[in-house]
Amino acid sequence: MIDKRVATLAEALADVRDGATVMVGGFGLAGQPMASLEALLDQGARELTIVCNNAGNGEDGLAALIAAGRVRKIVCSFPRQADSWHFDREYRAGRIALELVPQGNLAERIRAAGAGIGGFFTPTGYGTALAEGKETRFLDGRWQVFETPLHADLALILAERGDRWGNLTYRMTARNFGPIMAAAARCTVAAVHEIVELGGLDPEAVVTPGLFVQRVVQVPRRTT
Amino acid sequence: MAWRVAQDLRDGMVVNLGIGLPTVVADHLPPGREILLHSENGVLGMGPKPAPGQEDHDLINAGKQPVTLKTGGCFFHHADSFAMMRGGHLDVCVLGAFQVAGNGDLANWHTGEPGAIPAVGGAMDLAIGARETWVMMSHCTKAGEPKIVERCSYPLTGLGCVRRIYTDLAVMALDAAGARVMAMAAGVDAGSLQARTGIPLRFD
Repeated sequence: MIDKRVATLAEALADVRDGATVMVGGFGLAGQPMASLEALLDQGARELTIVCNNAGNGEDGLAALIAAGRVRKIVCSFPRQADSWHFDREYRAGRIALELVPQGNLAERIRAAGAGIGGFFTPTGYGTALAEGKETRFLDGRWQVFETPLHADLALILAERGDRWGNLTYRMTARNFGPIMAAAARCTVAAVHEIVELGGLDPEAVVTPGLFVQRVVQVPRRTT
Repeated sequence: MAWRVAQDLRDGMVVNLGIGLPTVVADHLPPGREILLHSENGVLGMGPKPAPGQEDHDLINAGKQPVTLKTGGCFFHHADSFAMMRGGHLDVCVLGAFQVAGNGDLANWHTGEPGAIPAVGGAMDLAIGARETWVMMSHCTKAGEPKIVERCSYPLTGLGCVRRIYTDLAVMALDAAGARVMAMAAGVDAGSLQARTGIPLRFD
């Protein structure tokens, strides 16, 4: 029998090691797996590389992990925000490394990892500082830059509903990076607001097929 | 400015509005035209901001502000969203800018100053992917320096991508022959506009 349900996030994250590369879903707060990030903070793994669109908002979630000095490097497209003060301070102090990636390259590099693609050429960033030192080719009538896949040890994503096989559906713009990160990580821990019986999800509406998900944990819905 | 950009969007267009100033264009779309707004975080068919009390934290735009979904609109993940952008499926993107050069080069992601934290988001993907990139910005910096220049001094976002510039003073089209003024704001004349612009303007 396949049963990916795990009772608590603490149990689901018990084996995260120091130095792990962790993908964190979410665009701003929509889809950010806050409870999973709190559990990772409690779990204690250090020297983490985080792959996430943003570099934390306010005091909670990813921001708290950064404030606690647990993140060595962040790979993201949009770190600077009005409420990214913990990242801003750590970055300016030289305590956290930043790999700034155009958002479409971030998404496609994650997708490529999940799809078993060894890299791809894209016009995005050609001729800019973010493409310096990268291989280029003239393809399809324009200059393009070679980009490599982004793999991860762990993906922490937030979904709306899941079943014991790990099939997932999402809610509105909270979907964002969830489906592609689930495919790109060796272990995907999906926090879901509701666990339904097998067959409880419309097969035509499943967004992330269960084979991309290793652990499913039910978490309360947050109102903000 | 936002009103003028909105009037130039045609029925049936698929449009991405960048964060900041361009977001305001959504409030001025002419009635009677179906214009599909795309947001990089996974929405096509984005509607206006919700009534107070109706905000949903799972339904936001690229600037992370609450929005609504129009009837017929849909959601998708980030790789699909950027396939729409990078794959040439958007008619127009409207972006803010620090500088635009006469050859269409765009700079809008990094001042390059020490201690500044860069943030690129989806700007580089839009610059190469949308069929047309329109820029919306103040004509000059706060210090009165031209933002339309011979060559960008700030780090580039995209090469030769800008087709139109909307400022508080004028609307300009960029092509191989340079910049052509399409319209000027009330009280602006050719001489004063040229004096505030770093490249030669055509007024034909």
